[in-house]
Formats: sequence, C-alpha cells, structure tokens
Amino acid sequence: MFKRIVTPHIEPPDQAEMVDPQRYSVLRRKILALMAVVTILPLFSLAALNYYEHQASMAVEIQNPLRVLVGKTKNSFELFLAERTSTVSLIASAYPFADLSDEKKLRRIFQVMRREFVGFVDLGLIDSKGNQVSYVGPYDLAGRDYAGQAWFHQVQLKGKYLSDVFMGFRKFPHVVIAVQHTTEDGRSWVLRATIDTSQFDHIIASMSLESGGDAFLVNRQGVLQTDSRLYGKVLDPLPMPMPAPSFETNVLTTTDPAGRDVFLSYTYFADADFVLMAVKPRPTVLKTWYSVRADLLVIFLAGVAAVFLAVYRVTDVIIRRLHESDERRVCAIHQMEHSQKLSSIGRLAAGVAHEINNPLAIINEKAGLMRDLMGLRPDFPDKERLLKQVEAIQSSVERCRGITHRMLGFARRMDVKIEPLDINKILTETMGFLEREAQYRNVSLERALTPGLPPIPSDQGQIQQVFLNVLNNALAAVPDGGRIQVSSQDHDEAFVGISIADNGCGMSEETLKHMFEPFFTTKKDKGTGLGMSITYGIVKRLGGEILVQSKVGEGTTVTILLPKKQAEG
Amino acid sequence: MEMKDWKVLLVDDEVEFVTTLAERLELRGLAPRVCHDGESALKAVAQEAPQVVVLDVMMPGMKGLDVLQRIKESHPAVQVILLTGQGKTRDGIEGMKLGAFFYMMKPLDLDELIAKMGEAVAAAAVG
Repeated sequence: MFKRIVTPHIEPPDQAEMVDPQRYSVLRRKILALMAVVTILPLFSLAALNYYEHQASMAVEIQNPLRVLVGKTKNSFELFLAERTSTVSLIASAYPFADLSDEKKLRRIFQVMRREFVGFVDLGLIDSKGNQVSYVGPYDLAGRDYAGQAWFHQVQLKGKYLSDVFMGFRKFPHVVIAVQHTTEDGRSWVLRATIDTSQFDHIIASMSLESGGDAFLVNRQGVLQTDSRLYGKVLDPLPMPMPAPSFETNVLTTTDPAGRDVFLSYTYFADADFVLMAVKPRPTVLKTWYSVRADLLVIFLAGVAAVFLAVYRVTDVIIRRLHESDERRVCAIHQMEHSQKLSSIGRLAAGVAHEINNPLAIINEKAGLMRDLMGLRPDFPDKERLLKQVEAIQSSVERCRGITHRMLGFARRMDVKIEPLDINKILTETMGFLEREAQYRNVSLERALTPGLPPIPSDQGQIQQVFLNVLNNALAAVPDGGRIQVSSQDHDEAFVGISIADNGCGMSEETLKHMFEPFFTTKKDKGTGLGMSITYGIVKRLGGEILVQSKVGEGTTVTILLPKKQAEG
Repeated sequence: MEMKDWKVLLVDDEVEFVTTLAERLELRGLAPRVCHDGESALKAVAQEAPQVVVLDVMMPGMKGLDVLQRIKESHPAVQVILLTGQGKTRDGIEGMKLGAFFYMMKPLDLDELIAKMGEAVAAAAVG
C-alpha cells in the first residue's frame, strides 16, 4: 500500500537508495537549457531588432545629406544653364538682326559675354531658313545650312534648345544653347552659343565628395556627360541601367558593375536632358554604424554572460536543494520501511510467543509434577538420574521463556509510548540479544552500571533500538576476543549518560565526520547506512546527545546522553 | 489461614495445563476446583464462592476479562489472578484496572503462584 503511493513518482526504494547522479546532471542540463533559452531569446530578439532599426536609421542619416547635396548641385547646374540660356536669349532679343548679322558687332557682344560669363566658346546667328548668317568662334561655320538638322526644328518649335555634350574644339566637351527670337513684325532668327563644360566639372568638384564617392552628369540615354571617376570618361556609356525618371532626388541602395555596395542618389533635370548622379560606397558610409554595432555586441555578450552565470548559479542551487530533499525523502522512506518491517516482525513475534507459551506452560507443569511426585517418594528408583532429566527440561523451559519474553518485549516496542524507564534494565535486556553472538566470538561484554539511576522518560522501543544499533556497531568493530564495555552513569543534573566502549578498529576522521549521514556505511553491502542516522534521529528527538570518540586501531567510545526530564514537544 | 483451607478455582481451556497444575497444588495440600471455560467458571463461583480464582485471559468463548468483570460484579471479595501468554500486554493492564489481584505470565513459577495466592487469600479475608 505504501509503495503504491510512492512508486508513481520514484523508483522502488531499493533503487532510489542510490539516486542516479546521471539524473541530476540531465535535469541540470534541461533546466539550464530552458532558462538560457527563455532569458536569452528576448535579449537576442531585442538586440536583433535594435540592429535593424539602427541600420535603417543610420542608412537614412547617411542618405539624407547625399540627397540634399545632389539636390543642391542640381540647382547649381540648372542655375548655370539658366543663366547661359537667358544671356543668349537676352542678346537675341536685345539686338536687332542687323547688328547681330554684323560679325564685328557680334564679336564685340561675344567678348562682353565671355568677360561676364565663363564658358562661352562661340556665338552664331542663324536666320529662319537655317542659314548661318554670322559666326564668332574657333570654327569655320560661316554660311552653313542647319535647315535639315533636328535641333533647328526643335528650337523653332520650343524657342529654346540645349544639346547633349559633344566633343568639340580642341577635344573639349561642349554643349550648345540655341534660342529663337521672333520680332513683332514676324521676323525670326536663332542665336546659337557653344559652352565648354569645364564649368560642369567645377560644379561637381564643389560637391567635395569623400574619396570613393563619385558624381557625374549623364543624359537620359545613359551616356556620360562629364568624366566619372568610377564609370568612365565623358561620352562613354554608363555601365548601369538608368533609374526610373524622377525630378525629385532619390536614393537607391544598389550594387555597381564593379560589385561595390553603393548608395546611388540621382535626379532628372526638368529643363534639360540631364540626370545628375552621385554614388557613395556603403562600407565607408556605414563606418560609424559598425562602431556602434561593436558597442552593442559587447553589451549583448556581457548580458548573455551575466544571464548564463545567473542561470548557472540558480540551477546549481535548485539541483542541490532537490538533491537534499531527495535524500531526506529516501531517508524518511527507509525509516518508515524499517519501522514497518520491525512492526510486522513484532506482531509476528508476539503471536509466536503467545502460541509457544501455552505448550511451554504445559511442559513446565508436567515436569514440575514429575519432580513433585519423585520428591514425595524417597525410595523412587533411579531418582537422582530422573531428577537430573527433569531439571534439564525445566531449565530448557526457562530458556524458552526468556526467548519468548524478549520477543514479546520487542513486539511491545512498536507502540511508541513515553514512560519512565529504568535504563539499566533496558541495557541489560538489550545486551541479552547480543550475548549469544558475543559468546560465540569470544567477545567479553562487560557491564559497569551505576545502580539507582533516576528513571528516564522515554520510549522503550526507541531507546532499545538506539542501544542495539550502537552495540551492533561495536560488535562489528571488535575482533574475535575483543572487549565491549557498557556503563551507565549520572552524567550531570540534566542528563544520564550511557557509554559503550569497544577496543575495535576505530574510525578515521573522515568516517567520524560522516557517520551520522544517511547512506553512509563502512559495511559495504551488509549495511544500509541508516542505523546511525536513525539512532541520531531518535536521540535528538528525545532531547539527547550522542558523543563519539574514536581512534583508528584503538577503539571507539559512544556516549549517549538522555535527558532526565521529557523533552519539550 | 492454612493452605489446605484455601478455596481456589482454576480456570483455563488448556486441559493438560490446568489439570497438571491442580494435581501439583493437591500435592501441596490444596483442593482446587477446575473449570475449562468462562461459563462453567461463573457457575462454579455462583455455587460456592472461592477466595482466589486463577484465570487464563485467552480462552475460546467467553474471554477471561469478561469472566473477571462478572465475578467482580457478583463477588467483589473474590480475588482473581490472571494468567497470560503475552506478558505485560494491554490485557494484563486492562485486567488490573478491572480489579484483578495480580497477573502472571505463562510458563508459571509455581512457588511464585502459591505466594501470590496466599496474598490473595489474605486480601479476600479483608475485602
């Protein structure tokens, strides 16, 4: 019944006695893993979240200046082009056709233009039919007919024209600005100027990009309009697909043909066929971010380490507590089992004793009668010999009586009852159990009991068990022919002392330290390791004390102090 | 009072035991009556009250302690010595509470029994 209650949770007590240390390490690992996961997972997610948010915000922080810079530079370009265009437009409308067609006057105007605005290379007047009327500049373009050219149609349609970059005089890249002017009387002409694009390079240089960065103009067909540090010379095709047209400044995260991770910022020009692009390589722009990440990493690792340490410590404590409580429980189980076993043995003994006592009483009376009868007749034949037999029967009966009385005494111990006890009597009775073995092994059991000791309030069964355990150990310790001395004395006002001294093998310091621990045994397979722990428990419960003196090779003296007054509680 | 004048009743279901005990007592000059169960013991007491009843506790049928109680109710002066096979068990203690004079454990020491019977006879004379 008892077992059935317990077994669902633990192994049968025999095995539970040696609780597998493997079980604790497995449990420790499980708890450790669980706690580590539970604590580190949120930390890790937090760190990951932080990582990505930080990355995003850092990217924005790097992209924004780039966006602003590209926007500003675009404005500079547009301003530059607008200035040149309006200059040409002003001249076209401020001077009459006659003045403009006069090359001398045109040259004077051109010289003023060049003084006020850098970049002008030539200036020419074309009439409405496409004929070059006059020209100032390094080319020989006088009299040329532009009627069939696309730009001429465009300028007639829109009033203005800005060309793509082309290689012109002395292998410098140029652009052409053409403006049509129509007078009130319907006459119209076109003033055409060429600008050298070294000014474009100045504007881009003023962006002062870091090393590794790049900025350039490109037309909508993807042909470079200025030199690019990374992607080729002017008029080379840009080795990248053109981004979708947008007049806002956009930033893309992309990979360039050389395989670099870059931020590409671009904007389309509204009035010209140009796209301004700026490129910043990502590794350099994210340098700040990497240093921040290192800090984060250190904090994260420190946090993980702290969590692990704490988890490890806590697990350690938990496992140790578990271990202790397991041990206590197993000990309690053993104690209960032990007392249950004793109790059933006791009941059995009582039954046997009772059953034997009745026939024993008959034998006793019959033998007694025989003696009586012989005693009445002095002339009884062989009287002496027969009386000897009767005496032998009667002494055997006496021996049996001693045995059954001891068995009954043992059975009685099962009822825990605190009553005043004569310690000397109990000692004598307990020693009776061991006299036979002592005799057999030629061990002398000496008694030095102080008469007239005050009665001790205690439970006879428990006290007897205490004495029996200690005496058993003493008997196990002494060699054949050894000596065990049992003495009782009035220790002091409060205690009665019982000493059991042997001249046996003694105990080492180590054994002394552990001798009251449950499951500690020096008897290998023979002992349960519970005797002394139970003994200790009983004596403590009774309010007593156990003192042990021992020396290896010389012997052991166990002194049990029992209080004269019943312990409280 | 001399031993041969003691009026003793022995009650025990163990026939061999009780008859042998009776015979030994007769050899010492007593004339004990013998019963083998509780009912006949009560009848014997009712017929002629003894001074001492030696009563076994464990008997089939009417238990020794019941017999003790009935005797003490009807004849308080009669002294009862209980015999038990179990030493100082609850039966013995209970018996003492119910007014038994003494209790003894089997196997008996005859001299001790006779001594106790003497004390009981004296007590019966007073009570």
